[in-house]
Amino acid sequence: MSLWQYANPVKFLSLSERLLPVLWVGAALCLAAGLIWGFFGTPDDYRQGSTVKIIYLHVPSALMAINAWFMMLVASIIWLVRRHHVSALAAKAAAPVGVVMTLIALVTGAIWGQPMWGTWWAWDPRLTSFLILFLFYLGYVALWEAIEDPDTAADLTSVLCLVGSVFAVLSRYAVNFWNQGLHQGASLSLDKEKNVADVFYQPLLLAIAGFVLLFLALVLYRTGTEIRIRRARALRAREVRT
Amino acid sequence: MNALLIRDLTLAFRAGGGFGLGLAFFLIVTVLVPFSVGPQEALLSTIAPGVLWLGALLACLLSLDRLLALDFEDGTLDLLATAPLPLEAALSVKALAHWITTGLPLVLAAPVLGVLLNLGGDGYAWLVGSLALGTPALSVIGTFGAALTVGIKRGGLLMSLLVLPLYVPTLIFGAEAARRGATGLDPTTPLLMLAGITAGVIALMPFASAAVLRVNLR
Repeated sequence: MSLWQYANPVKFLSLSERLLPVLWVGAALCLAAGLIWGFFGTPDDYRQGSTVKIIYLHVPSALMAINAWFMMLVASIIWLVRRHHVSALAAKAAAPVGVVMTLIALVTGAIWGQPMWGTWWAWDPRLTSFLILFLFYLGYVALWEAIEDPDTAADLTSVLCLVGSVFAVLSRYAVNFWNQGLHQGASLSLDKEKNVADVFYQPLLLAIAGFVLLFLALVLYRTGTEIRIRRARALRAREVRT
Repeated sequence: MNALLIRDLTLAFRAGGGFGLGLAFFLIVTVLVPFSVGPQEALLSTIAPGVLWLGALLACLLSLDRLLALDFEDGTLDLLATAPLPLEAALSVKALAHWITTGLPLVLAAPVLGVLLNLGGDGYAWLVGSLALGTPALSVIGTFGAALTVGIKRGGLLMSLLVLPLYVPTLIFGAEAARRGATGLDPTTPLLMLAGITAGVIALMPFASAAVLRVNLR
């Protein structure tokens, strides 16, 4: 028994069919609990007022936007090294989810920034590098759409994902150099004693867990769809031949 | 390698339309800028380094789809892929030829266009220096984009979408160096970073370009 047996589409599908109900329910529970607790059960911040509560959408979506790209990178490397189709399809399935997460992070940030910073948008390093990440996502999705042959598309997008990752990191530091920041420091990090205040901390963790589960559920579901599309195409091709 | 370089250069010079077109584009973009932002000299001299960098970048981008597409259609790339010369080297040479026909003229023309945009006194040397250091990176990164989209019909727009985000670090450091030079600040740091990026992509990018080109030639 190893992890690699799930590279077999049949095993992968049967596993994901067993996992998906758990993930959907878990995501719904965590999101509902985290968001309701966050929106109604926590006090207003003494300076930011009720706008602080957008943190429950903004931070988890920003986190998932970056981690979705990271997941695509890992899946792309697995495809390039071990040629498992499920891996390439999982990367393909994750990309639109990542696009949406990036959009949520950008839009909620703008909505929060308008009353707090007095502007919808500033050319701050964090904001700018997120916008660049969004462009990378768009290019990746567009390349998948443009190529007919699935294996060629998988190969090309995998290399693009690798190269794009390097340049995304480069851009992140280049942008840092280019302009001073307006955005506050990281809301959560593992090596700090104190992050956000405790009242906000626990519902935030729940919301993050909800976003992670939602991401996993969406990616598994969409990967299953991609596998079935591939199968349907193979069946049709066989019928045409006979 | 020399033969390939000479062939590409000869084609670019004689086939018409390739050589000089990027330069003309660069000129027209620069001329259009004062029309769009107004003729105030102070404003123009502030934005001149950025505009010249952006113009050079777009001129590079527009000439990219000629880089591999024609050779892909007539089968030259298939021959290159089976030749004893590694595909990585062939693509490096093609990037070099692209730089000589597109990047180098842009570098040489930039000071003249700087006069049109009222660039500050010390800015010329730094502008030329930053462009000379940065445009090779644009050609090499562009070769990757061209190799990625060579099999796609009407891939030009898609290539822009893929290549432009990759140009971000080069543009930031290049334009920053030119801007600092023009305003009398010390441009050494961005210039060094720019040189680092150029050296890095020249060393590593051909491997990625050759990998995707092999997939497209399969």
